Amino acid sequence: MNLEEKLYASIYRIRRVEEVVCDVYPSDKIRSPVHLSIGQEAVSAGVCEALLPEEAVYGTYRSHATYLAKGGDIRKMIAELYGKDAGCCRGKGGSMHLIDPAVGALGGSAIVATNIPHAAGHAYADKIRGRKRATVAMFGDGAVEEGVFYETLNFAALKKLPMIFVCENNSYAIHSPLLTRQPLDNISARAAVFGIPTEIIDDGDVFKIYDAVKRAATAIREGKPGPFFIECKIYRWMEHVGIGEDWKFGYRTRDEAEAWLEKDPVKVCGALIDEKRRAEIEKEIEEEIRDAFAFAESTPFPDLKELYTDVYKN
Amino acid sequence: MAERIISYAQAIQEATAQEMERDESVFVYGLGVDDFKGIYGTTKGLLEKFGPDRLFDTPLSEDAMTGLAIGAALNGMRPVHVHIRMDFLLLTVNQLFNIAAKTSYMYGGSLNVPIVIRSIIGKSWGQGAQHSQGLHSLFMHIPGLKVVAPSTPHDAKGCLIQAIRDNNPVMFVEHRLLHLFHGHVPEESYTTPFGKARILAPGSDITLVGISYMAADCLRAKHLLDETGIKAEVIDPISLVPFDWDAIMASVRKTKRLIVVDTAWLCCGATAEIISGVVERLNPGEHIEMKRMGFAPTSCPPTKVLEDAFYPDPASIALAAYAMCNGGKTDWTPTYKEEKEIAEFRGPF
Ligand SMILES: Cc1ncc(C[n+]2csc(CCOP(=O)(O)OP(=O)(O)O)c2C)c(N)n1
Ligand SMILES: [Mg+2]
Repeated sequence: MNLEEKLYASIYRIRRVEEVVCDVYPSDKIRSPVHLSIGQEAVSAGVCEALLPEEAVYGTYRSHATYLAKGGDIRKMIAELYGKDAGCCRGKGGSMHLIDPAVGALGGSAIVATNIPHAAGHAYADKIRGRKRATVAMFGDGAVEEGVFYETLNFAALKKLPMIFVCENNSYAIHSPLLTRQPLDNISARAAVFGIPTEIIDDGDVFKIYDAVKRAATAIREGKPGPFFIECKIYRWMEHVGIGEDWKFGYRTRDEAEAWLEKDPVKVCGALIDEKRRAEIEKEIEEEIRDAFAFAESTPFPDLKELYTDVYKN
Repeated sequence: MAERIISYAQAIQEATAQEMERDESVFVYGLGVDDFKGIYGTTKGLLEKFGPDRLFDTPLSEDAMTGLAIGAALNGMRPVHVHIRMDFLLLTVNQLFNIAAKTSYMYGGSLNVPIVIRSIIGKSWGQGAQHSQGLHSLFMHIPGLKVVAPSTPHDAKGCLIQAIRDNNPVMFVEHRLLHLFHGHVPEESYTTPFGKARILAPGSDITLVGISYMAADCLRAKHLLDETGIKAEVIDPISLVPFDWDAIMASVRKTKRLIVVDTAWLCCGATAEIISGVVERLNPGEHIEMKRMGFAPTSCPPTKVLEDAFYPDPASIALAAYAMCNGGKTDWTPTYKEEKEIAEFRGPF
């Protein structure tokens, strides 16, 4: 696959998995709060495609997209949503904690901003062991209001850590618009005062996001000092948590969303690919998804004794 | 062969140095670890030996620095994060309770966080309300964390080595005054297993369980009690999570009396947990007299007259034991001199 195809496949997979999650959800087979990335796929797709499998991304509770984009096992993902023993967390994580360490899909924390210093710690370990690879912290525009965000920027800049901060700025924290929470819409500028190079991608263009992360990651792999900060403006189409749209509640308007809805990453990216090729890619992904949901349906729930396993690691 | 006697602080330094030597994934960091005082000497010499990547000072960012340990641990390291006062841990609990404690479980056993959090409970010289708290019970409450509080230099060394090798987050609780204690510590590396209490002194009439520095005060109380003929058995649990119920139960079944003394408050504390654990294990009809002692239910006052009254001490422990063994009578006054390490302690910190 060429880059366009890879990015399209990644975006399409996220979109379709989440659409099927929405279809299944009313059956109550997925008993877990789902934070969907529909409309925001370009961020996870662009970021993860620019990384090597051995480079880690520390994501958030909005974890489906990063997990899938980083190459997380789709069967284990859906089994986890179903609460099954074969899930990536053996039914003990759920939608907000999807991880696949084998491909560097990490994080998945439901406490906003806690994952940011984890990426710094991961990067610190690489730095002192002389490993030249990038680690990414993903977080929202709400997370930057937490103290730990600034603490981590300070430390990462101080130690020139080989890491990339990626702010997925959808301009809402649940139902609160950014400017009701922050005096200025200038998140990147706050990273810049620590001497960190920053870049803003304000149109959700997956190629620009990919390119920015690729440049930062390449610099890190070449041994140049980090960290880097990339702010991706984007828009969430669905409600904060759950499978519905939420225009009717009035905290945001459909008008405001219109420009973003037009920039539908599935359409924009899909249009770049030859129709026949696109159909092949889609067919393959539909098959993956069908297989993953069938697997999740048929695989067993954890045994009761699992309640007590893994509290401590031997 | 003559026993080698070193201080509790030196034992911690030695354990750290030996583990850093043995395992390159161990690094030590925290506010002031690399300065000329070296956390009461416990981190001295490590910078020269292991370099600034593995022994480093941090910004005042307890929250992020705790997260740093977690991320580094997920990437194969064994971080040791040092806090000169336990009070500062309150800025770390989000990372410790919500992430470190839950990582193994929440990710179905696919990840784990081998980190050690060292912290020191302050006492004396007017440490006051915010430099004196024993907060170990908060950490005992959370499944996924281990909590140890050794009282002797020997166990400090063994426990710290064990903590560093443990695959889970371990809260390593120290006490400012214990740092000054000296004792026999083997030079070679060894581990003190978690979940195994130590009988510091045998006795038949009453069991005194002392947590951290209170183990030392219980031993002194035992000596004060000698003149009354009461033979106290003194136990240092060493490890609070996991806890050695067998050792405590065997002792109380023998003595029929138990006093648990903590360097912390009683409410929802380690003493409450130990007493209720004993009660739950009693057979029908089995009767054991029990009492617990700890901080007065106030904040710690710095002025010495009030500070002295805030803490249990060997005399108050001995008197409580005497009363328990004599049907509540208090017709005895222990001849008690203030503990050497407090009488001689001159701060400033
Ligand atoms: C520390 C913490 N505070 C509050 C919450 C509740 N909460 C969950 S998501 C969220 C909004 C976060 O917004 P943002 O960082 O912009 O991410 P987004 O949901 O937009 O992707 C809040 C407040 C939480 N999970 N953690
Ligand atoms: Mg947001």
